[in-house]
Amino acid sequence: MKQSILTLQGIEKSFDDTKVLKGIHLEIGEGEFITFLGPSGCGKTTTLRIISGLEQPDAGRVFLAGEDVTELAPEKRDVNTVFQNYALFPHMNVHDNVAYGMKIRKTPKQEIRERVTTALAMVQLSGYEKRMPAQLSGGQRQRVAIARAIVNRPKVLLLDEPLGALDLQLRRQMQVELKRLQRKLGITFIYITHDQEEAINMSSRIVVMHDGVLEQVGTPDEVYYHPRTSYVAQFVGNANILTGKIVRREEGILSVLMDQEMVHVMDNGNALVGDMAVIAVRSEHILVTKECTGTGLAALVKEKSFAGGMLRMTLVLKDGKLLVASRHGIDADCEEGDQVFCCWEPEQAVLVDEGKQKEGAAAQR
Amino acid sequence: MRRENRKRQHDGHGFLMIAPMYLFTLLFVFAPLCYMVILSFLTRAEVWGVVHEVTLDNYRNIMTPVYLRTFYESLKLAGICVVLIILTGYPFGYFMAKLSSVWKRRVSMLLMIPFWTSALIRMYGWIIIFRSNGVLDKLLMGLHITKEPLKLLYTYPAVVVGMVYALVPFMIFAVYSSAEKMDWSLVEAARDLGASPAKAFFTVTLKLTMPGLLSGVVLTFIPSMGLFFIADILGGNKVVLVGSLIQEQLMKARNWPFAAALSVVLMLLTSLIIWLYRKITKVRELEGFY
Amino acid sequence: MRKIAFSKLYIGLILIIMYLPILLIVIYSFNESKISSVWGGFSLKWYEMLRNDRAMHEAIKNSVLLGVLSCCAAAVVGTLGAVGMSRVKLRTKGAVEYISMLPIMIPEIILGMIFMTFFALIGLPFGMTTLVIAHTAFCIPYVYMMVKARLAGMDASLLEAARDLGASPWRVFFDITLPLIAPAVISGMLLSFAMSLDDVVISIFVTGAETNTLPIKIYTQMKTGVTPEINALCTIMLGVTLAIVILSGIIGGRKRGDV
Repeated sequence: MKQSILTLQGIEKSFDDTKVLKGIHLEIGEGEFITFLGPSGCGKTTTLRIISGLEQPDAGRVFLAGEDVTELAPEKRDVNTVFQNYALFPHMNVHDNVAYGMKIRKTPKQEIRERVTTALAMVQLSGYEKRMPAQLSGGQRQRVAIARAIVNRPKVLLLDEPLGALDLQLRRQMQVELKRLQRKLGITFIYITHDQEEAINMSSRIVVMHDGVLEQVGTPDEVYYHPRTSYVAQFVGNANILTGKIVRREEGILSVLMDQEMVHVMDNGNALVGDMAVIAVRSEHILVTKECTGTGLAALVKEKSFAGGMLRMTLVLKDGKLLVASRHGIDADCEEGDQVFCCWEPEQAVLVDEGKQKEGAAAQR
Repeated sequence: MRRENRKRQHDGHGFLMIAPMYLFTLLFVFAPLCYMVILSFLTRAEVWGVVHEVTLDNYRNIMTPVYLRTFYESLKLAGICVVLIILTGYPFGYFMAKLSSVWKRRVSMLLMIPFWTSALIRMYGWIIIFRSNGVLDKLLMGLHITKEPLKLLYTYPAVVVGMVYALVPFMIFAVYSSAEKMDWSLVEAARDLGASPAKAFFTVTLKLTMPGLLSGVVLTFIPSMGLFFIADILGGNKVVLVGSLIQEQLMKARNWPFAAALSVVLMLLTSLIIWLYRKITKVRELEGFY
Repeated sequence: MRKIAFSKLYIGLILIIMYLPILLIVIYSFNESKISSVWGGFSLKWYEMLRNDRAMHEAIKNSVLLGVLSCCAAAVVGTLGAVGMSRVKLRTKGAVEYISMLPIMIPEIILGMIFMTFFALIGLPFGMTTLVIAHTAFCIPYVYMMVKARLAGMDASLLEAARDLGASPWRVFFDITLPLIAPAVISGMLLSFAMSLDDVVISIFVTGAETNTLPIKIYTQMKTGVTPEINALCTIMLGVTLAIVILSGIIGGRKRGDV
């Protein structure tokens, strides 16, 4: 990681007795594109508002470029935000909207004009200076909001679900543009979204948030292929979660006993034989076959559905748990009600929730 | 300690902004109101002013038949006025809500003009109409409906007409704003389910516009007890309202403590009405009121 | 179809009745004859008379001054109050808001009475000062409520965006809030002005012997004996009111346009 630009230390925040943030620790490096990913209500927007200064933490400190800004009012922080609903000033035209921050800082008029022109060119809105926000389309307003924020050259740019209101096609296009813009400017972007695809496409690092805590911080690869918790595995990869007891370690593969059936998972070197294990397997990695090939879980096909070029099967295991398997194509050699076996390559199953398991075990002792 | 500092930093300007309103309200609305209550328990001085002797005489005084009768008359007049206002204003507001949006704007504009015009001036227009041998008499005699001038000015009906005339716009706007928001498809649904137009009106429309209607009642009932100048101009000395009584006690009889006591009672009556309104509708703001 | 026709007929009829007294005043203001029931031919003599009536001029001047001062004071206090209230968290907020709205909730007569006795208590000389304070008290609610309604419809993130871009809270107020609530402030002021210009009841109680306002003058003349001069005056006031209503209509129309 490059030099740290923003540090969050033990941030806590409650609204009306509900704890929204439960001690957030995070270090963000210069020039990073970092994405906070989580469902609505997980505290990601609150974290962003605390960084921008629009909200005050109950406990913890915020450091911006080494300086403690926890007590600093939002207008005094070198941070700008692109708001979810754009928040363009309806009584000012595009030029005045973009120039607003510089006008307050008493930037010379000539410089303001030049920088506005450059910023608008960067978001491909040259020539729109005199338009009013009401005369722009949603995508154009979005671009103005971005220009208004980047024109001030903030140390950190905060983006609160900026593409949420756009349609899918425009969203994909803007994802590419934002990424390009970030590379060009070299500004740290902190991006908020609940869309896994968006997070994986754009970020250099992803912060998965859930219920006021950071579940996992890592590169898109790490988060996607090596989820640390069952929550991350489910939220990012739509994985199936299974639990069992580790009974054997052999050539880098752990054997886990679930009831009477044996499944396999990659050894990560930490788990001990005899421990409880939580396994995450993504649906596309589950092979469904009619004949038992060595190890596999017996299941019943409950439902078949087809969406987005994928066949989705909901399977019922012996203990009544549901398992989802998916694969490309529409051809399926089994019907609803069929008896099948599920298996997977050991390297495609991941051990998750290890800390939690140990805590739980410790608590039991 | 640190948290308090933070708070001040972020809210300081807000406190500065509300400071004038807080000061003004406390000094020029709250303090005078308090003084009114205090005054109502003091004794009137022999010649001029107030003696600081606590007494309940002022309230005992109100309990005498003469003054109780004034309250009764005021309430009766207000009641009559409100009934007439509902009968004329409700259909207007209701019909208005059914107009096209262009006409809605035009009609509300037409309503605003007399509404904003001095009530006094409008009352003067009624003097011209009601005066003996005035416009109304001329018209009725010209049409051979009456033979003699009716001499309506300075009578009870004249006061009622004046009050209704002055206050009906409040009812119209209140009913209109509530009927405007109404989902007309509910009426259609009721009709579809077999309700007659009258039945649909009483079971659906009236119920849904009730908040507006009640708000209109409050907005017209309260002022109609205090609008002494209409009673004065159109009723001569024949109609005495609580408002007229308070004015008389203040300006002529110079019995301020008694006037204060009368005001307190009137105020309590007003509060009771507003409280009832809130209790019934569970709404804090009065509809169509600004 | 017939029902729609009836409703329009009804609206028309009520509107005619509403305008009848006003219309009569206008017509009779041009009447040569002094007796209102007789039409003596077209004349401008009452307007002429009005032009030469010194006392009337004084009353008009007082009324306009009073209206302007109190609606401006109310605009400042009410606007700042409404904006401030939306920004602070304070336990007394609701109570103060309620009390400050009382002047237009309680009967005017009570307001007049409490002002009269209170001003006498604190020894404030009756005159323009007392009039302005009293009128400001009942003008504040109009401005406050209009601004409050407008603020409720405003996007809070606009204010946050401005702070985020570096504006101090006061800067936000002048750059963002004020331009956006301006239509509400102006309609509140116009309404306040009209209400102040119209007020008899409260003015009677708080005015001094020297200071006559227009409504007070009209009221005393109505009680003593009417000269058609009043018709002329009323016609002029009608014209002024009409101008205000149309003006506020235009502002209101623009308000709809830019949102």
